[in-house]
Amino acid sequence: MKILTGNDLKTGSVVWWDGQGWSIYVDDAVDVGDAADGIMAREEAACRVNNPYAIDGEKTADGVRPAHIKDRVRAYGPTVRPDLTLKPADPEAGNWVI
Amino acid sequence: MVDRNPVAGGPGGGPGTLEPAPGGERDWLRFRDDPAPDEPAVTLDAFLDQSNAGSVRLEAGDDVRRLGPVLDRLRLVEVDFPRFRDGRGFSSARVLREMGYTGEIKATGDVLVDLIYFMRRCGFDSFAPNVPFNREDVNAAMSRYPYVYQPAADDAVPIWKLRHPDLANG
Amino acid sequence: MYRYDKYDQAMVDARVEEFRDQARRRIEGHLTDDQFKPLRLKNGLYLQLHAYMLRVAIPYGTFDSRQMRKLAHIARTYDRGYGHFTTRQNIQYNWIKLEEAADLLGELATVEMHAIQTSGESVRNISADQYAGAAADEIIDPRPWCEMIRQMTTFMPEFSYLPRKFKIAVIASKVDRAALRWHDFALRIVKNDAGEIGFEVYAGGGMGRTPFIAFKIRDFLPTDQIFSYLQAVLRVWNRNARRDNIHKQRMKILVHELGEEEFARQVEEEFQHFLTLATDFPQAEYDRIAAYFAPPPFEQGLSDEIDRSDPEFALWVDRQTVAHKAPGYAIANISLKPIGGIPGDISADQMDLVADLAERYSFDEIRATHAQNLVLPHVRKQDLYAVWQALTEAGLADVNLDLVTDIIACPGLDYCSLANARSIPLAQKIAERFADRQRQQDLGELKIKISGCINACGHHHAGNIGILGVDKKGSESYQLLLGGSGDEETSQAKITGPGFDENGIVDAIERTVERYRAIREPGERFIDTYRRVGMDQFKEAIYG
Repeated sequence: MKILTGNDLKTGSVVWWDGQGWSIYVDDAVDVGDAADGIMAREEAACRVNNPYAIDGEKTADGVRPAHIKDRVRAYGPTVRPDLTLKPADPEAGNWVI
Repeated sequence: MVDRNPVAGGPGGGPGTLEPAPGGERDWLRFRDDPAPDEPAVTLDAFLDQSNAGSVRLEAGDDVRRLGPVLDRLRLVEVDFPRFRDGRGFSSARVLREMGYTGEIKATGDVLVDLIYFMRRCGFDSFAPNVPFNREDVNAAMSRYPYVYQPAADDAVPIWKLRHPDLANG
Repeated sequence: MYRYDKYDQAMVDARVEEFRDQARRRIEGHLTDDQFKPLRLKNGLYLQLHAYMLRVAIPYGTFDSRQMRKLAHIARTYDRGYGHFTTRQNIQYNWIKLEEAADLLGELATVEMHAIQTSGESVRNISADQYAGAAADEIIDPRPWCEMIRQMTTFMPEFSYLPRKFKIAVIASKVDRAALRWHDFALRIVKNDAGEIGFEVYAGGGMGRTPFIAFKIRDFLPTDQIFSYLQAVLRVWNRNARRDNIHKQRMKILVHELGEEEFARQVEEEFQHFLTLATDFPQAEYDRIAAYFAPPPFEQGLSDEIDRSDPEFALWVDRQTVAHKAPGYAIANISLKPIGGIPGDISADQMDLVADLAERYSFDEIRATHAQNLVLPHVRKQDLYAVWQALTEAGLADVNLDLVTDIIACPGLDYCSLANARSIPLAQKIAERFADRQRQQDLGELKIKISGCINACGHHHAGNIGILGVDKKGSESYQLLLGGSGDEETSQAKITGPGFDENGIVDAIERTVERYRAIREPGERFIDTYRRVGMDQFKEAIYG
């Protein structure tokens, strides 16, 4: 699947295109097919997102998995500070990045 | 000694205020009193080859020092910024002023409004940006800094001189 | 320490308002990301993997308790309760919001701090010997010149858009604690035969993807001509540097392409020209600045005795303290390298604690080091025990200065948008492997430096053991380098051979270190042994 990501312009938070807006959870990401360029141009012009880009992802049983490790780090958070990630209660969650 | 120290007009005249020279909307980014040259600028090589031109256009890689011997027949130097990331033109302008050139230096191309204050300090006294500037942004940029840390091609007094008013003006 | 006068304060305040305006224009859509990027970078604001990151300048690594407490406050209020000391004596925050950044800068300005030119294509924060003003071996305190150069290079009109970043370092001793020759422009303060103070000048160094060690461009530059000389160097570079490939625009590349001799000739010609412009700062301004760096009122007649009856404390003293120029005083190093921790990271509470200790025991001075540690520069020897106890309680009393676990590491792929591989988990694994105290002590000085990509923020080129993280078909891989140094015998590390995965590289380092132990001669540090025997011995140990 093709998914869209970027950083929220005002806060810098990592965000994923969920079909209607931007979510901080990668699992909300939807397949945008060929529509990536149009969505990115519109959202960037509306100052909702900074530096959006389209990436390959995979729908798995556990949710959406970006193809590249850099985007998995973005989706999860710093592996060396699990307390600051989106899954602070799960000590094994960082393994998903690798 | 005046404490507040806005950038005055560079050598070559022009008002020290933020109000550009008269001449209508077209000229509000020209900080000079003399009439604007209206002949087209030629390339550096062409200028050095022909004796009748008065305006030259410098590309970013051109060595401005080649103009040294012919400054007296120059009225306008356009310094082009192909990309704002290319800062060679800042040196070109300052070197021109250091060589004693008093005519117009115009910044053209990809010029960032946020840097025009520093361009003025290097000796630029007119601007023809690719993308038009917002007038408020220009005024804000030009009046932002109350002092300067170092001398440049303008007559702004560096902070160290303000700190040591007793020192001979040297 | 230097204090702002109304001029310095006005300049920093103006910068905050300028940035506030620029951020507003970006948020309102008047500036594109492409236009805004160079503006935010000149204020140290990056967009990293998880958020904006702000790098705050600590000029020449010197700051005080008031500033440290403000840094702690910023960590709590604008970030997530911690900060990260960098390899250029700065501090950076990882979770900054653009909409709050101007307020943050405004708070910094209230304690005479800023983020000006901590990034972007400009003259960066100046680095210096972290022991300046305290070291027993220095000729003179280099910081007045650092401060003067800071002012000279702040908002330089002609160099508003340099080809690339430009890093300056200044030291005043034979021993180099600042990685001098890894800088674009470096000054070592020396005395000539007539007893005059001047600068030995180096140019064209730098790490990154094409490392070069700076060459000596001038044996002796009178100190009152430094601004002319600096402008000459910058102009020659600005005029000649390529602009077509961002990876080839650092000054080191120009020096390499022109050749040292031709580069020096052009600089000298431009220097003579600048001297005629009379732009140099006068002696009176140096004197004004130098007065702020007058030595603190050291007590006379203090004893040099230290009560070593607590063995843990004695270990700390032997490793973490360094000779001070004043009798009865010591320089105390604070490790930010706990085993299993994140190199350079410090919590807001720890910042407050260090601020308290500085105020109470170190004439209110703190230093940040390029090795990502902190220093209390002026501690009475009789106070060391109290300092150590407080540090111990705060988890800041590790005993590993310059040892195998005192690892420099960039933020790597855990934070940085440029990184190819993670650096911090590797630093943690290495530290855990060598955690045994006796083993560390036995191995002696051994500097490991880890970068998560070829930009080399983790100084891997200068590591006795360097590690470079690379992307190997989508997974992290690590190359091993040996023989680098950032000290007065500067050398560039060389790649040993094929790379490793995360566990493989830790094993390879252990084999390297064990080989050193087996073949070292008495008194030899790792780097000495490497220089004596060369790469092959180690290659054999690593790859069999």
